[in-house]
Amino acid sequence: MEKQLTVSSSPHIRADENTRSVMLDVLIALSFPLAVAVYFFGWRSLSLAAVSVACCAAFEYAYRKLLKKPGSLGDLSALVTGMLLCFILPVSAPYWVAVLGSFFAIVVVKQLYGGIGKNFLNPALAARAFMSGFAALSSYVAPLSDPRVPVLGAFAPDAVAAATPLSYIKPAEQLLLHGLPTGTGVFSWQDMFLGQIPGCIGEVSTALLLLGGLYLVIRRVITPRIPLAFIGTAALLTFFFPRGGVPGGEYMLYSLLSGGLVLGAVFMATDYATSPVTPRGQWLYGIGCGLLTVFIRYFGGMPEGVCYAILLMNTVVWLLDKAGVPRRFGRRWLRRE
Amino acid sequence: MFHHFRGGIHPPDMKDATRHKPVEQLPPPARVILPMSMHIGAPCEPVVRLDQEVFMGQLVADSAAPVSAPIHSPVSGRVLAIDLFPHPGGSRVLSVVIENDGRDMPHESVHPKGSVESLTPDQLLRVVRDAGIVGMGGAAFPTHIKIASARGKCDTVVINASECEPYITADHRLMLEAPEEVIGGLRVLMKLLEPKRAVIAVESNKRDALDSLRRTLPGKTRIELAALRTRYPQGSEKQLVKSLTGREVPPGKLPADVKCVVFNTGTAAALHRAVTTGQPLIRRIVTVSGSAVANAKNLDVRFGTPIADIFHATGGFREPPAKVMTGGPMTGVAQHDLSAPLIKGCNGLLAFSEADIPPPGNEICIRCGRCVRVCPVNLLPIYLYMNERKDRLRELEKLRLDDCIECGACSYICPGRLYLVHSIRTGKQKLRDQKKEAG
Repeated sequence: MEKQLTVSSSPHIRADENTRSVMLDVLIALSFPLAVAVYFFGWRSLSLAAVSVACCAAFEYAYRKLLKKPGSLGDLSALVTGMLLCFILPVSAPYWVAVLGSFFAIVVVKQLYGGIGKNFLNPALAARAFMSGFAALSSYVAPLSDPRVPVLGAFAPDAVAAATPLSYIKPAEQLLLHGLPTGTGVFSWQDMFLGQIPGCIGEVSTALLLLGGLYLVIRRVITPRIPLAFIGTAALLTFFFPRGGVPGGEYMLYSLLSGGLVLGAVFMATDYATSPVTPRGQWLYGIGCGLLTVFIRYFGGMPEGVCYAILLMNTVVWLLDKAGVPRRFGRRWLRRE
Repeated sequence: MFHHFRGGIHPPDMKDATRHKPVEQLPPPARVILPMSMHIGAPCEPVVRLDQEVFMGQLVADSAAPVSAPIHSPVSGRVLAIDLFPHPGGSRVLSVVIENDGRDMPHESVHPKGSVESLTPDQLLRVVRDAGIVGMGGAAFPTHIKIASARGKCDTVVINASECEPYITADHRLMLEAPEEVIGGLRVLMKLLEPKRAVIAVESNKRDALDSLRRTLPGKTRIELAALRTRYPQGSEKQLVKSLTGREVPPGKLPADVKCVVFNTGTAAALHRAVTTGQPLIRRIVTVSGSAVANAKNLDVRFGTPIADIFHATGGFREPPAKVMTGGPMTGVAQHDLSAPLIKGCNGLLAFSEADIPPPGNEICIRCGRCVRVCPVNLLPIYLYMNERKDRLRELEKLRLDDCIECGACSYICPGRLYLVHSIRTGKQKLRDQKKEAG
């Protein structure tokens, strides 16, 4: 008896790239800014990342196991979520925050909607939004000054007075809310670009975030449309409408280099499941994220402009894809007749 | 800059296995199986009787239907059977089986028809029709119908030598070994269609083929050689026309609607032979390749030769093949019965070992958007897939399901291993069924 031949419909070959390799590329890109965080914030950023990544993996595994669904750890997407989650935590955040955030991100936001590709909100950002509400509600006052965390600049003491721990760690955004103290010279542009400023683990080093983004674009994991539209829109708005009497150019740079804008534009807004797939939809989505970020910063009274802007845009992705259906091939010639 | 179209993929071309191997003549087999459907259009009716003696090049089947192409005997011998036999399309089809007497005695109808200059266009068209020539790039559409429908309408004639499917080198070798036949065929077409522009379009990965054609062309010529960007599906008619002229063939229309007409390289050579030698279409160049094949080769094979015989002639299999397909790996048809014969549109025979077959993973869309990026006709394969799965047929129509050319680029690139093209085909079938039910 001859061996049975496989019969299936074409094509009969597939690209080597799979979900796992794509996610691995994202992890590699994320490791650049993480390395900077370890350098500036110390080893605790690495241990927090490890806890967050391990918890995301554990929750993903446990959920799929309990519901008798096929395992999905192999696609590495849970690890990406874990990394992104730790990126938006302050290095001083207690470990239980990472554990709770992981649970919310993986179980509530991702798996309850069906797992990878099916969630409509960015898991890491949704978890962060959830925790800021939670922290405020329970008047969360954990000690924030970890002795191992180098206090950078003269800023930190003022910022301690902020309402929530999450806004405490974001003095840069506080600045955006309350206006830039001109002439203080607290942080040099160079510090801000490289990441030697207070902030969440993954958001501070604009240089390395951009490098990670460049890596993803070169590897064709993402297209630059969303980051360009996001950053470009925010740049235009802040340039033409600066606040606190600061010159437009300076205010624009400050706005772009702080508050996790680049992290959001490069790594959060480009999350596959929660962003449009059509080219035009992606442009619109990026522009929307940029507009909302600036609006929230200007009028919302919240420091987490980027986070809420992206989450809000997440909810209209389906509409943007509808609006972004590409031009029909041959339509021009069809009309000509 | 090379000429280009939007989207597409760049799979490993795998052509090195056969790129440099001259075409070898495969001796005709002991018996040939000639299915009455070797082309798109109405099947032929046998015009020979059981036990009748036939000669090489003799008409064995024809049809009075408007779209069809006659079939000729590739060998001399005796009609052994007229019955249902396996067809590479997957079903069993009425076929004429001829026992080869090994003498290759040509039929009296096989004689030179005259020069291109001396024949009138109508006479030339008759020659094309009587030679049973069909599109040899895969579609197998009767060439005389294509010419007739394009006459007086086209300003551009294109010889499609892009050969963008991985592995396949049949056209490549033809251009290297018989460039004069390709150019001769184009001259026939130019006489018939009187175009302003005549182009031979080759992908940039076949520089030597371009050189070969350039050397063969006279110093002063109207024929233009075009280097195309190496990108699948460059050889798809609509994409090729877009690359060369910037014109987009409207949905559901033919290249002739934008004043272009496209012929495959092998078709051109067949036209040339039909006019200069009178030989009807009875053989073609086939690339035999793939990981399970012991010796990859380019072979000149008579139609009707069983697929198993062709593989056997190359030295058989290195290991038991897990998948065998006719045509290229992107659009080829998987075979289950290797006794099926070679037919006119088949430019390649590939055998893959187990390791080369993409394992069926659990299909999960991660919404990466790669399918949208690579689609050469601007569709949204991911949304077509999702709507097909949920039987939302109206949505499928809105998303222009019927525009899909089934090139397979989306399935190829999908990191979630979705069967996107398969789903689109299923969707097309569902829409057809629905229309049938509606009357």
